[in-house]
Amino acid sequence: MMRRRLGLASIRLHVGIFAGLFFVSLPAIAENRFVSTNTFLPESTPARDIYYLALFTLTLAGCFFVVVASLLFYAVIKFRARKSDPEHEPAQVYGSTQVELAWTVIPIILIVVLFLTTARIIFAIQDAPRPKTDLKVTVIGHQFWWEFRYPEYGIVTANELHIPLSTPQNPDATYLTLLSGDVDHSFWVPELGGKTDLIPNHPNEMWMDPQKAGVYYGQCAQFCGLEHSLMLIRVYVDTPSQFAAWVKNQQKPAVDDPNVAAGRQIFETEACMACHTISGTPAIGTYGPDLTHLMSRGTIAAGAVENTPANLRAWINDPSTFKPGAHMPAMHLSDEEVNQVVAYLTTLR
Amino acid sequence: MTTASVLVSEGPHRPSRGVVGMACLIIAESAIFGMFIAANVFYMGKSLSGPTPAILSPPIFNTVCLLASSLTIVFAERAIVRGKIRIFSIYLIVTILLGVKFLVGTGREWSDLIYNQNLTISTNLFGTTFYSLVGLHATHVILGLLMLSVLLVFTLMGRVNESHSERIKVLAMYWHFVDWVWVAVFTTVYLVGR
Amino acid sequence: MADHTLPIPGPLNTERPGNAAFLEWLHSWIVTVDHKKIGILYIAYALIFMVVGGAEILLVRVQLAFPWSGIVSPGVYNQLFTMHGTTMVFLMGMPILFGFGNYVVPLMIGARDMAFPRLNALSFWLTAFGGLMLYSSYIGGFGLYGMGNAPDVGWFAYAPLTSKLVTPGHNTDYWALSLIVAGFGTLGTALNIVVTTISMRCKGMKFSRMPLFVWLMFVTSAMTLATITPLTASQVMLEIDRYLGGHFFDPAAGGSPLLWIHFFWVFGHPEVYVLVLPAFGMANEIIPVFSRKPIFGYSAMAAASVGIGFVSFSVWAHHMFTVGMSAASNSFFVLSTEVVGIFTGIKIFNWIATMWGGRIQFTTPMLFSIAFVFQMLIAGLTGIMLSVAPWDWQLHNSYFLIAHFHYVLLGAIVTMVFAAFYYWYPKAIGRKMSERLGKWHFWLFLIGFHVTFDIMHVVGLDGMPRSIYTYPADRGWLWMNVVITCGAFVQGIAVLIFVWNLIWSVRHGKVAGNDPWDAWTLEWATSSPPPAYNFAQDPVVRSRRPLWDIKHPNDPDWKYEP
Repeated sequence: MMRRRLGLASIRLHVGIFAGLFFVSLPAIAENRFVSTNTFLPESTPARDIYYLALFTLTLAGCFFVVVASLLFYAVIKFRARKSDPEHEPAQVYGSTQVELAWTVIPIILIVVLFLTTARIIFAIQDAPRPKTDLKVTVIGHQFWWEFRYPEYGIVTANELHIPLSTPQNPDATYLTLLSGDVDHSFWVPELGGKTDLIPNHPNEMWMDPQKAGVYYGQCAQFCGLEHSLMLIRVYVDTPSQFAAWVKNQQKPAVDDPNVAAGRQIFETEACMACHTISGTPAIGTYGPDLTHLMSRGTIAAGAVENTPANLRAWINDPSTFKPGAHMPAMHLSDEEVNQVVAYLTTLR
Repeated sequence: MTTASVLVSEGPHRPSRGVVGMACLIIAESAIFGMFIAANVFYMGKSLSGPTPAILSPPIFNTVCLLASSLTIVFAERAIVRGKIRIFSIYLIVTILLGVKFLVGTGREWSDLIYNQNLTISTNLFGTTFYSLVGLHATHVILGLLMLSVLLVFTLMGRVNESHSERIKVLAMYWHFVDWVWVAVFTTVYLVGR
Repeated sequence: MADHTLPIPGPLNTERPGNAAFLEWLHSWIVTVDHKKIGILYIAYALIFMVVGGAEILLVRVQLAFPWSGIVSPGVYNQLFTMHGTTMVFLMGMPILFGFGNYVVPLMIGARDMAFPRLNALSFWLTAFGGLMLYSSYIGGFGLYGMGNAPDVGWFAYAPLTSKLVTPGHNTDYWALSLIVAGFGTLGTALNIVVTTISMRCKGMKFSRMPLFVWLMFVTSAMTLATITPLTASQVMLEIDRYLGGHFFDPAAGGSPLLWIHFFWVFGHPEVYVLVLPAFGMANEIIPVFSRKPIFGYSAMAAASVGIGFVSFSVWAHHMFTVGMSAASNSFFVLSTEVVGIFTGIKIFNWIATMWGGRIQFTTPMLFSIAFVFQMLIAGLTGIMLSVAPWDWQLHNSYFLIAHFHYVLLGAIVTMVFAAFYYWYPKAIGRKMSERLGKWHFWLFLIGFHVTFDIMHVVGLDGMPRSIYTYPADRGWLWMNVVITCGAFVQGIAVLIFVWNLIWSVRHGKVAGNDPWDAWTLEWATSSPPPAYNFAQDPVVRSRRPLWDIKHPNDPDWKYEP
């Protein structure tokens, strides 16, 4: 991984870039345009099971807290030293076997209850029976992006996951097989479920059955290096028809628009094709995300910025504009070449 | 405040500091060995390529020598307690020689593995776990031999007598640990692993 | 204030005129093998790193207050939080607790020094040099602007992020090697405390008459022998991987990153108990004195401590609920974690019962102790929440987790360490710390702590993960991060007031006698500060509170103890 050595000029540049991004993000703050990653707003069965267990635990803990804290505050107030106290020391009490037994047994009972409840949920989620309809997705974690493969459909995409809605009439769970191409990562979309790690040489599996259509947000939750913070996830929960349409589109080879042949030519002769795949073309690199249907994604750089031509241009010129530490090198193309490549990429719907 | 150190000694009827201290060191060292043994066990049979433990031949004679040195050091301890310096130094020399034989034997085994069997620490998982565990043990043997040699030098200079038997007992505890942890290493590498 | 003492001569007078005195004084600190001086060295060292580690995290908090703030680059940010964690655990937490142990334990058991005074000195200097080696990493490499080669892999340094392939620079090596060196120092002190406790107790001080602080330092030190060593072993394995071509954690050769995770937490979990048990020990001494009653349930407290010592080695995988263990394994670790929680929980009841029926004096040490009990209660409960594995699948690696462990580290341990400072400073220095500054320190710290860490739980529940240098503006985490940052600065001010109090009180604090708090354990029978040899005559004790027996000859403890 290339380590960037920072000199003073570079620091100024980055401060400037970050300041710019900060001010750009102010409107989002001002307008209250927020996305939700609230663990207490579950929209999938595992998330919901966790939520109810959490409420149960919180209640138990809360009651315990109220009782004990009250005793503490009562003691501190009632037994404070007063001027009117007699000279001798208070009664020197060394202990009481009954009291100590009681306050050992009661917590043991609470713990047994909590443990049994917890174990039931652990098995319910981890060893849940698979429904008849399920979608299999293979997730491969990379520094600092997500690769999604749909083996049943022959689809490869990146960073933005599309999965079908699950309804009581048509239960449809998505099973994610979690692998890693380099270091440890963790897949976390709070409203759809708990997180599970992606560990090299240790495949994991998790499932989710979202019950409300829409977009869900998450990010990598295991520190994986320089740009761990910008390894974001979007999950689009599609209705059956939306999902079918998405699959159909993803299965097509790349759009071949002759108007952007110049850009395509540059893509295939420069280093781009060494890392990226665009199906139906000679570009079959697998080091970076599959770009066949790049424009079907709302963001680039694993969610770091919106997928716009301007951002694409900045990214191709120098990925460290948004994500210093991303493995993609600055491409050092001329302005004309970059414009042509961007024009080509923006046709890849 | 004075810079002079205060003479310390045990409280009345309390266990010997040296013995308890060495026991603590042994506990700590056992934990380290335990970790390397765990790594060995975890990776048993998991090497993707390269030589496997089948190429190992258990160093029986080496082991016998090392364990025998535990016996000879017991005789040495008994001798020093009774003030028999001559006998003590003889048993000490034999202990050291047995330890050196063990090291030489290990060296020979490694030489064969490296040059004839192409197994190094970087070859595969077996190589990494084998050399690190056996090497960790060999390092402790070397340290023990160094200390025993220093003791031998002092003995030959005539500086050692029965008043030092407590300290010698503490050193012997370390040597016993080195010998018996070898049993654990041997079992893991040459018995369970193969 | 009672001033009953065992008969002892006064401290030796070694004043010398002129400049020679200063150099001689400095030299005496460098070559000392006196446990009291070594204890102070450890504590002073830890305080320096508390300020440094605190500065690191304040920079982090400024960065996180606003999304895309750009105060520091991602690389520097990763170094800051890695160094903050590593510093606070190894260069602040361990030294300060072992420093107090070093100072107080021999005095409490009526000994003249630790079992191995020279090993004691060696251990301190090893720890000190390990720390300097770690911090020299800031200067290595490209230098201060580029923050050099300071470790940036998280204080937990998961493989294979730390492999030579992924992280080719020397950052990881600084982390591993300096901690190996400091670790040997820690092992030396732990060994020393165990042997001292077993072999150096004065006449009459059976194990069942030892002060609970000594019990807890003993259990902590015994645990340390088997806690630090797994980390040392793992770091050696890591360096074998990095430089000898080993494959311990190398996925390409079939190695498993999971092994590092197991190994690290086999160290990491007992380590946090190593950090918290001395704080429990301090509470066991301070709360009784300022409640004017003995500790409630001495035997249960001692037994619970030993229980924690053992059971804490069986819970490590509760840091690993998300790595994909089987349902049965996950369930086991839920149970073991909750069991160890019971041992800890009942201590809270014992502390409250000690205060119950007493006459509580709200001195600064007692204020911190009361806050400690309250905050340990919350910390323990959020720990139970995290032990519920499915909920942990949400909470793991989120800010809820950071809030929990800072509640333990800052809200319980550091809070109790502050209490210990105010309590034992008069013994070590001969003057009390300023109560006025102490109260400012207490209230500011309390407020800052709660503002920061209470809110931090919420932003974690809202899905904010840890180890991120920024977050998207549309997540809605802005105001919570701003509040958390403000609280952090308030705590920083409180700590500065505390440091000022330490310095100011050396000259201007009220002169303390031998026994300013009217306490009952043997350290209060010496002068303040004690002479180099601690006790002129070896003490003989008949109960757990020898000074109580002296002060109350008609009602001694030994009449009531078993």
